[in-house]
Amino acid sequence: MSNITLGSQLPPLTLPAISRTTLALFAGASGDHNPIHIDTDFAKKCGMSDVFAHGMLSMAYLGRLLTNWLPQAQLKKFSAKFVAITQLQDVITCSGEVVELIDNNGESLAKVAIKAENADGQSTLVGEALVSISIT
Amino acid sequence: MLDKTKVGHQFNPFVIDIEKGRLKFFAKAIGETNPIYFDEQAALEQGHRSILAPPTFPFTIELDGPELLPVLTLLDMDIGRVLHGSQEFEYFDNIYAGDQITVAVSIKTIFDKKGGALEFVVLESSFTNQAKTLVAKACNTLVYRN
Repeated sequence: MSNITLGSQLPPLTLPAISRTTLALFAGASGDHNPIHIDTDFAKKCGMSDVFAHGMLSMAYLGRLLTNWLPQAQLKKFSAKFVAITQLQDVITCSGEVVELIDNNGESLAKVAIKAENADGQSTLVGEALVSISIT
Repeated sequence: MLDKTKVGHQFNPFVIDIEKGRLKFFAKAIGETNPIYFDEQAALEQGHRSILAPPTFPFTIELDGPELLPVLTLLDMDIGRVLHGSQEFEYFDNIYAGDQITVAVSIKTIFDKKGGALEFVVLESSFTNQAKTLVAKACNTLVYRN
């Protein structure tokens, strides 16, 4: 895709506020049944003030950011660090920027810095994706 | 402290059927709007052989084994003290509804920081489909609060 250059921004993705329903649905759908995300009593027993979002929920949002931008078959690597807890009612925005163009034996790749952040601008996930851009 | 002699431990591999209904439910839970992730007809029209599993779905396949995170039992970890530190995926091919994926998980390393206040367990996983094609690899770092 010729319009992908250094500094290209991915169309950002802003999600609805995280609710208890969001977490219940994601627990069931993802198979992550850790009660710390869905059972307030359990979360309090573990020293948390309340349930909080699964890190993998926001990583799935980052996945949507990437596949909204390019077909999934072009995604080669995708990683994220969970740097802050996502709380109930947080509004998460995912964004990304092409930070490096790589020529790997004739295959053009782009390295994309991606992040999820809350409405206060605090990063919750910081990650990276490697995408192939030679086949488009 | 977690038992570092378990580094290299390989958990029993298991096979997971990738179900259309599960992919639709996952798409709903993450607010997915692209129909190739929940509508088989749309997926077929765009050249896919069925509903496509989204990029983080291998983690769900891994959790669907006979025991949720068997590493917790092996290392005698309390689930309430476990946090997800980081997650990496590498992709070689798509995963579709109808696939049968064999998951093999092993413990890559165990280390600690802050004088043992935080311990880290790194799990490595491979995902192989019914045609014996390696479709994805994953690396999952769990953080244990002591």
